[in-house]
Amino acid sequence: MHSGTSDEQVKTITLEAFADTIVPGEKRDPDDRAIAGVSTGGGAVQSGALEMLHHPATGITAGLESLVGMLNGHATAYAADKGITLDETVPPFVALEFDDRAALIKILTAPGHPEKSGWVLLALFCNMAFDSAAHISTHDAIAQGHPGLLTIGFELPQKDGLWRFKDYSYGRQFAKPHPDTTATGSPA
Amino acid sequence: MSTETTDVLIVGSGFGGAIAAYHLATGGAKVTVLERGPWLQAEDFDHDYLLGKSYTRAFDFVAGDGMSILSGNCVGGGSVVYFAALPRAPRFVFERQGSIGRRMWPAAIDRDTLDPWYDRVSSAIPVKQQTWDDISYAGGLWAAACDNAGRTANPVPVGIDNGKCTNCNWMMAGCKFDAKKSLLFNYLPGAVAAGAEIRPLHEVQRLERLDDGGYRVHYLHVDEEDYRITTGGGTIEAKIVILAAGAGATPVILQRSEAELGPMPHAVGRYFSGNGERLNTAIINEDRAREVLGLERGDGKAYEANQIGKGPVIASWDRLDGSLPEYRRYSLEQLYFPPGLGTILAQAPGADGPTWLGPAKKEMLRRWQSWLTIFQIVEDDNEGVFGPPPPTGNAYRISQQMLGRGPLSYDPTPNTLGAWAAADADVRDILERDGIATVLPWTNDLVGAYTVHPLSSCRIGDDPATSALDDRHELRGHPGIFVTDGSAVPAALTVNPALTISALAERAMPGIVAAAQARGIKVSYDGSLPDPATTKPLLRPGTVPLSA
Repeated sequence: MHSGTSDEQVKTITLEAFADTIVPGEKRDPDDRAIAGVSTGGGAVQSGALEMLHHPATGITAGLESLVGMLNGHATAYAADKGITLDETVPPFVALEFDDRAALIKILTAPGHPEKSGWVLLALFCNMAFDSAAHISTHDAIAQGHPGLLTIGFELPQKDGLWRFKDYSYGRQFAKPHPDTTATGSPA
Repeated sequence: MSTETTDVLIVGSGFGGAIAAYHLATGGAKVTVLERGPWLQAEDFDHDYLLGKSYTRAFDFVAGDGMSILSGNCVGGGSVVYFAALPRAPRFVFERQGSIGRRMWPAAIDRDTLDPWYDRVSSAIPVKQQTWDDISYAGGLWAAACDNAGRTANPVPVGIDNGKCTNCNWMMAGCKFDAKKSLLFNYLPGAVAAGAEIRPLHEVQRLERLDDGGYRVHYLHVDEEDYRITTGGGTIEAKIVILAAGAGATPVILQRSEAELGPMPHAVGRYFSGNGERLNTAIINEDRAREVLGLERGDGKAYEANQIGKGPVIASWDRLDGSLPEYRRYSLEQLYFPPGLGTILAQAPGADGPTWLGPAKKEMLRRWQSWLTIFQIVEDDNEGVFGPPPPTGNAYRISQQMLGRGPLSYDPTPNTLGAWAAADADVRDILERDGIATVLPWTNDLVGAYTVHPLSSCRIGDDPATSALDDRHELRGHPGIFVTDGSAVPAALTVNPALTISALAERAMPGIVAAAQARGIKVSYDGSLPDPATTKPLLRPGTVPLSA
């Protein structure tokens, strides 16, 4: 790897590459190496995955450096096994193509892998940054145009910040109830 | 230093704890309830996914080996965070044999003998039947798809005041509108009015037997914001102990107590059931929903309403047929699962098979409003086993709130796997028919199977070899310790279990009151119930109603 790359840079770009594999987004600029660019719009990285992983409430912040080291170690071994020559100017996991990043994460999170629980946690919080923006208030996330909530089409709250849906039902009977239903509305 | 004493010490304030607290307190006993979680009420229930809001404060998510459990963690327990679906268990459930080759339920209990107790809980909560005008778009869609496949579909009985419900679908964070009739509206205020004391953020660790036959209960204070932190603790002595900490915690407390109490029945921490639960996520083809099912919301949309509603409102009960073989009987219930807690497990069709990550999953997420989640509740094989307990609580806590790693292992047998496969195929048959949707099950690779209804880890039965409790819910070999939560239920129920857990707790009460009398407690059982028409909601001491 390039000798000018600091440990903090390695940590950031490696975790971003991991997050982008869980929920991919588009490159922030043409030179973006962390984001593979296999999807349009914002992904987990743009949704704040790194902020999420550094949120003390998650309980995984202290373990991030070792996870980064282990992930790059696994990437090196994976590349050697597959005969892939890695670009040494970036961390090994970042040097992998998207499909190889995804294949490696599936290996690490598969039942029986001894480190599975750590990788599942990392994936879980990356996904949460995208689908629920749990590192910031949902109202702030909506006000900021959070990429994940926008992507899933999360409906806006009412003016008081609460969700209410006046229209919620087709108001029709669509099916016959089971013939054995009891008077209490339960199965017999 | 003086020793604190009480007549009855109850561990946990969910269904099993609240019902016990009500009857023992109204009967005249001094009742103390220790609840591990915080005491929350309407103004505390947030519409906010931020870590630290009620969405994480009120929950406990414990990942095990092959099974993860989501459960309530607050005063009122699961009733505060659940979806309030309250069907009775079908008749055949009580005749199940599972893998032990003989009836698992005690001879004294079947649907007929339990029905009067179901009736009591149903009037106290109260449980209501829904009309089709109450049914959310998601429920309507599921009913229409069932009908299209020649199936029936039922509105599910619920503990919801639909007049107050806003269909916000935030009920897993606690109901801000007081529409969900949790235990904060019936049994718990009734218990407190009769003198029961509830102490939140008190996590019971272990029990110790006293020379007089009573028990000393050891607890730790849990920090109100960071549950990883405990700040001292204490003990309370009681003549009777009722464990109702939930099926993921009750056996752990007993295992940890074994050094001082002596050997536990073999079934403590064994025969755990995840209630056979499994989830499928369908992506609805909006055009086909309109063309085939005739769905039209009136605003140009056919469906696109995943976010709107109130949890499960429609279930398919066609396979709740006692003439079918065991492990082929299940219900299929439409459900809402909010972001954060399960989206990662939903699978998209990928080039190399189903995938929970990557660009195919991202495309699936773009269609999130067209998701329909189907909850399968099959008959599993009670294959869960708890390993050695962690140093405190029921898990090694990872996150400030909610997330921990626990000692449960669950390796599904071919019976359970076959039941899930049959239910998966049935869901596909209903929803992929005529191109209405594409559907896949959630992956079990990441956190194992996923249950929101843990059961059976300390179950009742007639056979001491396979049940921890007798049919009066007393722990075998440890008189004066009773268990009234979901861990007492012998096996998976094929429907949502809250009403059955509660009916069993109601049924156990006359016997527990008699046991309390035998231990010198001045208490009687008069069969009264909280009146939903006159009971005022439970409020944390020192607070006033929002409307005051």
